[in-house]
Amino acid sequence: MNGVPSIVVDKLVKRFGGFIAVNQVSFEIRSGEIFGLLGPNGSGKSTTIRMLCGLLTPSSGCASVVGFDVARQAEEVRQHIGYMSQKFSLYNDLTAIENLQFFGGLYGVKGRALDERIAWALRMAGLAGSEQLLTGELSGGWKQRLALGCAVLHHPKVLFLDEATAGVDPLSRRQFWELIHQMSREGVTILVTTHYMDEAEYCNRLALIEEGRIVEIGTPTEIKQTSIKGDLLLIECSPLGGGLAAIKQAPGVLEASVFGAALHVVVSAGRQPLTELPAFLAARDVRVDRIELISPSLEDAFVSLTGSRALSGESFQ
Amino acid sequence: MNLRRTAAMSRKEFTQILRDPRSLVIAVFLPLIQILLLGYGARLDANHIPVYVLDQEGSQSSQALLKAFQASPYFDVINAVNNYHALVRAIDADQCKLGIVIPWNFSERLDDAGRTSVQALVDGTDNNSAQLAEGYAQVVVATYARNVQLDWFARHGLSQQATSPLSVDYRTWFNEDLESKNFMIPATVALVMALMGALLSSLTIAREWERGTMEQLISTPVTALEIMVGKLVPYLFVGLIDAVLCVVFAVGWFAVPFRGSLGAFFFITTLFLVVILGIGYMISVATRSQLGASQYALLVTLLPTTMLSGFAFPIDQMPAPIRAFTYIVYSRYYVTALKRIFLSGAAINDLIPEIVALTIYAVVIGFFATRAFRKNLQ
Repeated sequence: MNGVPSIVVDKLVKRFGGFIAVNQVSFEIRSGEIFGLLGPNGSGKSTTIRMLCGLLTPSSGCASVVGFDVARQAEEVRQHIGYMSQKFSLYNDLTAIENLQFFGGLYGVKGRALDERIAWALRMAGLAGSEQLLTGELSGGWKQRLALGCAVLHHPKVLFLDEATAGVDPLSRRQFWELIHQMSREGVTILVTTHYMDEAEYCNRLALIEEGRIVEIGTPTEIKQTSIKGDLLLIECSPLGGGLAAIKQAPGVLEASVFGAALHVVVSAGRQPLTELPAFLAARDVRVDRIELISPSLEDAFVSLTGSRALSGESFQ
Repeated sequence: MNLRRTAAMSRKEFTQILRDPRSLVIAVFLPLIQILLLGYGARLDANHIPVYVLDQEGSQSSQALLKAFQASPYFDVINAVNNYHALVRAIDADQCKLGIVIPWNFSERLDDAGRTSVQALVDGTDNNSAQLAEGYAQVVVATYARNVQLDWFARHGLSQQATSPLSVDYRTWFNEDLESKNFMIPATVALVMALMGALLSSLTIAREWERGTMEQLISTPVTALEIMVGKLVPYLFVGLIDAVLCVVFAVGWFAVPFRGSLGAFFFITTLFLVVILGIGYMISVATRSQLGASQYALLVTLLPTTMLSGFAFPIDQMPAPIRAFTYIVYSRYYVTALKRIFLSGAAINDLIPEIVALTIYAVVIGFFATRAFRKNLQ
C-alpha cells in the first residue's frame, strides 16, 4: 500500500485576478503518508488544499486525489476525502451527536455502521456521555476532535487538515496529533497545512511554501540538513540589534537573524567561529554572553531557504 | 438526487429552525401578528363615523332626517350645535368627521315639493374615510328623500308604480354585506405566505456562509440540488402550517366565509410557496449575507404582494401600463385564487388560469434556483 501515490499535484496554478496565489506547485503524496505544507499565512497553503478538495477550480495544471481529477471529477473526489477547514465549521446550534448524524447522512453512512462510527467518534473526541451538549458550548479541543470525527465518519482514504489545530491548547494539539498518526497507520493519507514548527516535525514529509511556490520538499531531517550550508551558531549578546548589524560584517558569516532573545548565525563550515566571533564583536562594543554550535530547527531551515521571518509570527488572516 | 442526503439536510435545517428564536418568530408569530393587525387594521369600510349636526329649523322633518343618520350603523350623531362656527370648530378640533347642516327652511321647501338640500361638511384629511362618509351620507339622505317623495305621491293620490317606472335593485354576490374584511383577510394569507416564506428561505444559504459552515458542507458529497431541496422542504412544511393557522384565524376569529375546497387551497398555496421559497433561496445564494438577503426578500416579495396583487388596490382601477405589469406579479394569481376560494367557493377546476400561471412561475424559478448555487468557494 505504501508507495502508491494517493495525491498527485502537477504544476498547479491558481490566480485570483492578477494575484497568483499558487504558482506551479507540484508534489506527490503516497498512501498513508502524513504530508505537511509549511508556510506563512497567505502563502497559498489553504488555496492548494481547497483546490484538492474541489472547492476551487485550478487556473491551470492538474491534480488528482485517489485517481480522480479534482477539476473534472470533484464529486468523486468528495466521496473519498475528509476535510477540516481553517475555521471551526460545525453547527454550533446542533448537539454533538446531531452534527455527527448530519455529516454521517451526507457521507451516506447508514444503519449500524453509522451508529458504530458515531460511538467511535464520541469516544475519540472524549464526548461519550456529553453527546447531547450543544456544540457551541464545547471547548476548543473538544470541538476540534468532534470536527475531526465528522470529517472521517465515512472512512475517507484521504484527510485534508487546513490549520486544524489553530487556536487549540497544546495538550489538545498533542492528543489530536496522536489521532492523526493512528489514522496514518491505518493507511489514511493525510495532508496538513500548518505554521507551527513543532507540528511540522510530526510530518513524514514537508513542502515549504512561500508566495505560492514550493521552495523545498523533503523529510524534516533532510530539509534541516540541506538547507543550512554551514554551521549554525546561537549567540546571546547585548545589545542585540547592534550585534546583528556587526556580525553581518564578520568574515565567514553567511546569514544572521534574530531568534527570540538571541541571534542565529550561519557561518562557513571549517572556520573557528567560537573563538573568532566574540573577539570580532567585542572590538565593536558588543558583549557576548553565550555562543554555541546548535543543530538547525525547521524554522532555521525556513529562514535560510526563504529569507523570511514571517513564519514565526502567530498572525491570522 | 440522493434521498438519504436530502433527508439529512432537511432534518438538520428543521432542528435549526426550532433552535433559532429569530426563525421561530418569523415562522409563528409574524403570521399571527400580520393576520391580527391586518384583520383589524386594514379595513376599508368605516363604522361609527362621529357626526355633529346643526339643525337650523328644528322641525319634525329635520328631526326625522337626523334620526335616519342616528339609525345608520355608519354614523354616530354625538352632538348638536346651534351655530355654524361651532360646527366648523368641531371639525377643526377633530371632534367629528362629518357635520350635517339642515337649513332653516327645510320642511317648508319640502312641503312645497320644491328642491331642497342639506349641507354636509366632511373632514377630508383622510381621503378614504372622507369618501366613505360622503357616500354613506348620500345614501342616508337619498333613502330619506325617497320616503318623502313616496309620501308626497301618496298624499296627492298617485300610485307608486306610475311614478317609479324603473328602479334598480342591487344584489351583491359572494360578499353580501360588502364587508372589506371578507376580501382583505383572504388576501392577507398571501402576504403572510410571501413574507414568511421569503424571509426564512432568504436566510438559509446566507447563514451557512456567515457562520462559516458552508465550506465544510460543500466538501461533502451532498449535491447542490440536495442542499436546495433539503433546505426548502422544512420551510414548505412551516408554510403549510402557517396556512392552516391563517384559515383557522380567518374563519374562526374574523368570521370570514370559507366556501371553496380545502384541497384547492392547499394545492395553490403549495405552488405559491414553491415560487416564494425559490425566490428567497436565489436571493440567499446571491447575497451571502443574512441582512442583505432579508432586505432584498422584503423588496421582491412584500412590495408587489401589497401594491400590485390586488391586495389593497383593485387591479381594475390601475392605469393600463401598471395593470399590464401586474400580469407578471406572481402574487396577483394567488390573491385572486384566495379570494375566489374563500368567497365564491372555487374548486380546483375553477382556478385553472391561476394554477397555470403559478405553475409556469414555479417551473421557471425552480429551473434557475437549481442552477443558482454552485459548490464552489469562488
